[in-house]
Amino acid sequence: MKGTRDRLAGFAFVGPFLVLYAFLLIYPLFMGIGISFHRADLFGARRFVGLENYARAFADPIAWQALANTVKLTLLIVLPLTAITLALALALNRATKTAAVFRGIFFSSSVLSVTIVTLIWRFILTPDAGLVAKIVTAAGGTPPPFLSDPNLTIPALAITTIWWSVGFPMMLFLAGLQQIPADMYEAAALDNAGPWTRLFKITLPSLRRTLILVVMLQTAAQLQLFGQAQLLTAGGPSGASRPVVLLIFEVAFGRWELGYAAALAELLFLLVLSVTLIQYWAVGRAAKEAR
Amino acid sequence: MPSLELIDIRKAFGATSVLDGVSLTMEAKEFIAFLGPSGSGKSTLLRIIAGLESADSGEVRLEGERIDTLPPGRRGVAMVFQHYALYPHMTVRENMAFGLRNAKVPADEIARRVKQAAEVLEIEEQLDKKPAQMSGGQRQRVAIGRAIVKQPKLFLLDEPLSNLDAALRMRTRVELAQLRQRVDAAVIMVTHDQAEAMTLADRMVVMNERRIQQVGAPMDVYRRPANAFVARFVGSPAMTLIPATLTEAQGDRATVQLGDGTEVATGVARAGLPQGPLELGLRPEHVRVAAEGTAASVDLVERLGERTLVYARLADGRAITAEDEGDSRARIGDKVHLRIDGAAAHLFGPDGAGFHAEEPRP
Repeated sequence: MKGTRDRLAGFAFVGPFLVLYAFLLIYPLFMGIGISFHRADLFGARRFVGLENYARAFADPIAWQALANTVKLTLLIVLPLTAITLALALALNRATKTAAVFRGIFFSSSVLSVTIVTLIWRFILTPDAGLVAKIVTAAGGTPPPFLSDPNLTIPALAITTIWWSVGFPMMLFLAGLQQIPADMYEAAALDNAGPWTRLFKITLPSLRRTLILVVMLQTAAQLQLFGQAQLLTAGGPSGASRPVVLLIFEVAFGRWELGYAAALAELLFLLVLSVTLIQYWAVGRAAKEAR
Repeated sequence: MPSLELIDIRKAFGATSVLDGVSLTMEAKEFIAFLGPSGSGKSTLLRIIAGLESADSGEVRLEGERIDTLPPGRRGVAMVFQHYALYPHMTVRENMAFGLRNAKVPADEIARRVKQAAEVLEIEEQLDKKPAQMSGGQRQRVAIGRAIVKQPKLFLLDEPLSNLDAALRMRTRVELAQLRQRVDAAVIMVTHDQAEAMTLADRMVVMNERRIQQVGAPMDVYRRPANAFVARFVGSPAMTLIPATLTEAQGDRATVQLGDGTEVATGVARAGLPQGPLELGLRPEHVRVAAEGTAASVDLVERLGERTLVYARLADGRAITAEDEGDSRARIGDKVHLRIDGAAAHLFGPDGAGFHAEEPRP
């Protein structure tokens, strides 16, 4: 029968992906939930402990510190990153060769791996011989200890991440700007709208969807920040720049406490999920009001 | 005082010239239609007046003041865009108020003008809606309302009816004509539809090939087209143009002979005609299917109800459009006879210039 054949053909197309997806993502997800209820190590020893790992997480000052660091990092990255990439997109949204070259330059950092990005910023931020240190010293000042002062490590991580991440949101904003019909700006010109009025009354309202998308994607991404923190400061000094994922990594592969690490991971998963859902819900409500 | 004056406007995009020395003077409160095919430069001219493009040379004056050096918002003109260009995130009220707010008009004055315009356009119920919630015709009214509240010296309408379906287009055409009586300003409308131009405009500016071909009242342009292009472009169905040679016949009116041997005695003065090949111009209403006359074979019959258009071919293969009664018996392939009303015919010289019977027929 044709219907059956069509259905079989459909499964044949999505089948390979479904198998891989189930094997590599769904199965580990549930296995992770399972492990989080056990005391487990990397050699396979398991003992069921119920909610003990979760209770421990809520009582663990180090976990709370990691959470606070993650929230600080997310705020320090997402808000400036959104503003900067929006500004870049507005500046580079023109059909000149120069703009095309600059779009390429600003996007280029996104193709680098986290290792290289962090290495570059170590060179810039290192207090004895870094670029910043040399400039400050030449100007007669004392170079700020970006990688060892507990008050400066999180900003240093934020700067590194922002530099690394400008490409993709900028492209999203550029795509959004391309969608705004040119005759709307012509109507605004005839309506006597100056550049600021055009920005706030035409451009930004038209970019609302893109703006929300960028904030949602970046929030979810930065709550899971890891590589930069491990490579730039290793979470130090004394955990001052250790985000949640780095803590999970250390607990799992440094202290071999797989069950506790899995519990922390599930909690982070719930946090990311709920933040995303809250943003999604808030957007839906705002859109309904706007309609 | 004249309303708008265009003085020798020239414009090129790169190496492509789009306007080549356009000059025009509008009377106060006049309704002018820029009529022409795509690429004739009519839209560019409108955009130069609005300030959305700048001319390479020439001047634009509005009520005596030079405006081509001013930004679009300070020229005293308002424009209705072809695709309306409403602000989708603003309500109808905000759309209409936006320009006035930017011009720092007091809030109560804005409210008064928006209310008044909404009444005139019958969109009071829609004021708190967003454009996406409205039909095409309603959006069109909002776009017009946004122009009206500014109380401009000059309205610019860019193909205002082209986005509406046929029924709505007819209604809006009537409404535009009524609206025009109420607004205290001059109007320029760009269109490629000669029926729109003829029904709405006081004068038509027929454009082609970067230049103004003819300026005149619709019926003057229809009766006395300045050249072969205008003759073909204005009027539907188009005027038939057939190569013709001047005969030796006596008299001060020209008589011409067509390729199939038919002689047509025109009302055009023989004296002013140029040397060289001529073209005879015949409106369909001046060529009738009759019992006797020039022989032709029927290519196509178009029954319009009150009259029938007969597209035929003369013995030498030249196409000619004729008219017949509503209940015409002509059918495709039939041999018919055509009676040509020479007194109403036009002649066009080798350079396309038009020559007409001295007394324009009523």
